[in-house]
Amino acid sequence: MQAIVAVNISKHFGETQALKDISFEVNSNELFGFIGPDGAGKTTLFRIIASLLLSESGSVSVMGLNPASEYKVLRTKLGYMPGRFSLYPDLTVEENLKFYATIFGTTISENYELIKDIYSHIEPFKKRPAGKLSGGMKQKLALSCALIHKPELLILDEPTTGVDAVSRKEFWQMLKRLQGQGITVLVSTPYMDEAALCDRVALIQKGSILSIDTPQNIIDAYGKPLFGLRAGNMYNLLLKLKEYENCSSAHLFGQYIHSSFKGKFSREELFSYLNSNRINDAEIIEVTPGIEDCFMQLMEHNEPVSI
Amino acid sequence: MNKFWGFVIKEFYHIFRDKRTMLVLFGMPVVMMLLFGFVVTNEIKDARIAILDMSNDNTTREITNKILSSGYFQLQERLSSDKEIDGVFKKGNVKEVIVFDRNFEKDLYRKGISNVQLITDASDANQAKMIAEYTSGIIRNYGLTLNQEQNLPFKINTEYKMFYNPELKGVYMFVPGIMAMILMLVSALMTSISIVREKEMGTMEVLLVSPLRPIQIVLGKVMPYVFLSFINAVVIILVSLYVFKLPIQGSIVLLLAECFLFIVLALSIGILISTVTANQQVAMLFSMVALMLPTMLLSGFIYPVENMPLILQGLCQLMPPKWFIEIVKGIMLKGGGLEKVWDETLVLLGMTILLLTLSASKFKKRLE
Amino acid sequence: MSQDSIIIVKDLVKKFGNFIANDHLTFDVYQGEIFGFLGANGAGKTTAIRILCGLSTPTSGKVSVAGYDAYKQTEKIKQNIGYMSQRFSLYEDLTAFENIQFYGGIYGLSSKEIKSRSAKLFDRLGFEEFQKKQIKDIPLGWRQKLAFSVAIFHKPKIVFLDEPTGGVDPITRRQFWDLIYQAANDGITIFVTTHYMDEAEYCNRASIMVDGRIADIDTPLNMIKKYNANSMDDVFYILARKMVD
Repeated sequence: MQAIVAVNISKHFGETQALKDISFEVNSNELFGFIGPDGAGKTTLFRIIASLLLSESGSVSVMGLNPASEYKVLRTKLGYMPGRFSLYPDLTVEENLKFYATIFGTTISENYELIKDIYSHIEPFKKRPAGKLSGGMKQKLALSCALIHKPELLILDEPTTGVDAVSRKEFWQMLKRLQGQGITVLVSTPYMDEAALCDRVALIQKGSILSIDTPQNIIDAYGKPLFGLRAGNMYNLLLKLKEYENCSSAHLFGQYIHSSFKGKFSREELFSYLNSNRINDAEIIEVTPGIEDCFMQLMEHNEPVSI
Repeated sequence: MNKFWGFVIKEFYHIFRDKRTMLVLFGMPVVMMLLFGFVVTNEIKDARIAILDMSNDNTTREITNKILSSGYFQLQERLSSDKEIDGVFKKGNVKEVIVFDRNFEKDLYRKGISNVQLITDASDANQAKMIAEYTSGIIRNYGLTLNQEQNLPFKINTEYKMFYNPELKGVYMFVPGIMAMILMLVSALMTSISIVREKEMGTMEVLLVSPLRPIQIVLGKVMPYVFLSFINAVVIILVSLYVFKLPIQGSIVLLLAECFLFIVLALSIGILISTVTANQQVAMLFSMVALMLPTMLLSGFIYPVENMPLILQGLCQLMPPKWFIEIVKGIMLKGGGLEKVWDETLVLLGMTILLLTLSASKFKKRLE
Repeated sequence: MSQDSIIIVKDLVKKFGNFIANDHLTFDVYQGEIFGFLGANGAGKTTAIRILCGLSTPTSGKVSVAGYDAYKQTEKIKQNIGYMSQRFSLYEDLTAFENIQFYGGIYGLSSKEIKSRSAKLFDRLGFEEFQKKQIKDIPLGWRQKLAFSVAIFHKPKIVFLDEPTGGVDPITRRQFWDLIYQAANDGITIFVTTHYMDEAEYCNRASIMVDGRIADIDTPLNMIKKYNANSMDDVFYILARKMVD
């Protein structure tokens, strides 16, 4: 059974089109990710699914319910965590959790099992005002609050934005465990590296979906060899690569510059070009593309990018 | 715990934990009352007066005694002719001259009616009105006891005459005005800000997707402020009663009931503001401009409505505080019952229903 | 790259009441390098940056920025640095040019100077079309690039970038780093914080802060070797975990 079915949904805000004819399906008990930068339309899309906004056209069905007309039933079944953690900074950790439990008509003890794993991290600080928690702890508290009524579908809008790498890793482990307990998880993130942790992902940019598939299939679709280059002066190397006529892309990637080439790649040609530009210390290796490489390829494919 | 009450309790946490909110809620009414009030009421004690008694009979002497023993007045001078009146005012050491007509007692018993004239220095309009009202209050009381004793319908006419500002339109009774202002501020401003704050923090999104119905969210936000505003109304009444010794002539229950009505009205304005503003600053500015200024300027609180250009007078009729102030004046100062303030109450009730419906319909169950 | 230190921090301690936000930090930043200042949320990064920018006074220790003392010469420091954060950068209701005009004015540039520099800037960024647009109508990625250009408009010696690329699409993110490299090439020292660990690898050197202390400081490559890791992401995880456990 499908947890979410969306067909051709569009949404404008004034002049700007936030969503352009978006269609996708999320399977029951799937961990599904929307990956894309700020302003791609992720938040708008999630709000439509959570019944907070209405789509202008197309149809949406969430757990078999229509968010426009059956929002009352729907709202009891989903847990929603908006982009900014929706916590009351002047209430303590415990009071926040208690409040959300109360308005969903339940108690902390009733559903403690479900959140125990997450809440136990912050329970030692339960008397502290939520405003004084670190980013990682706020995130865990907000997740506990979204889970307190045992939702069937969990919608998390950029839960890891602004949170450090360690907390982000822990957070994804928690999401995996929640999925193991039968919850469908819909999550959005601007961090491309997090895509690999989802069952399936949709890459989204400027209101359109670039691709929907499993992370592995998206990577396999990259379709040409990708190389990593390195030299003492990386900036100079990058500039020269961009000027190279056979180069089709050159992007900084950690310690390497990821580069792909037109036609049949010749290592000798490249090195003689670099040598003629006084780059003599270049190294080259073949690399496996990541989601970010694919995203950039799809972006460039969709429209010419300036600079 | 019930969903709704859980919500209300959370709201109280917010209020009690924010020192600034607490200060505005409970400090401001008292400070404002004292600020506005002290200048006005302090000098009513031992106000210096002169008396011109052209009758000099038992009744006038008895009234004079009553007035002087009230503690509000102090006899500065006895005049022998109306030509001196101008002079004593010019010297500036009396605030009021009481003039008993010739044959005061005789007229009272024969014709059942006699006249006393109260002439006040109205350069301070507010004070003049206070003094005149205090004096006439004492004289009226005397007339009432006379009626009871003799079982005859006597009437003592008190006639006001204001020197220097004969129209005396600038009179404002500060208590009703302050009451309107504070209730408006606390109820409308505080609720609109507290609702908008939830929007700003993003918590409104989660509240909306919760099983709470929008009406419960609104009521939950508003409920604590109904309670607190009501406490404020009581505080104001107590301060005016015990600090300023301003008696409540009419029914206190009726007064509180009218306050309650006005609070509900102000709250619905607050909800309305919160539906059209996106952040706290705008909500605050909006409340200030849209509520405070009209409350102060267009309600008869500071400037009398009758003196305004016709257009503004029309505008005043649309201002809820104007009606509320009239009601409070009617009850507190004139001792009227519900029948006396019935029309104003109906207007206020109508406005409340209109605003409540409007704000309820404007409050969205979604984000747009 | 010369090895002259432009930022010198020795035994820097900053306390808030009993809480020690910075616990004996010692590090140097060299003239003209790109220095990555990494750390988990609440590790004390923001506190340290505030001190380096002259916005907050250290409790103890020696801090010198661009040759000026962080206790007494904070005004001098402010004249010589640029600052850009994700949160506050440009006024949304002013146009791109008006923003530049404003910031240029703050740093005492003449209006002639402002005009000629901004013309060059818009030309180099390919930004002409946005010059007269209000910031709120400019796409996010462009805003970020503009904000950076504004931060180095007065040609500071050091520019502090506090998570400059949060939420930006991957291509714009790289274009942004192109700008950073360019600025570094022009001799401006870059001091940058980020949550993207791949960006940490673009830095010449990086430090990783954990719980108010500097857990390590080195070139990314050396760190990756030292901890037998594949990437800075792993290094960060190893260091942060070790301290927490």
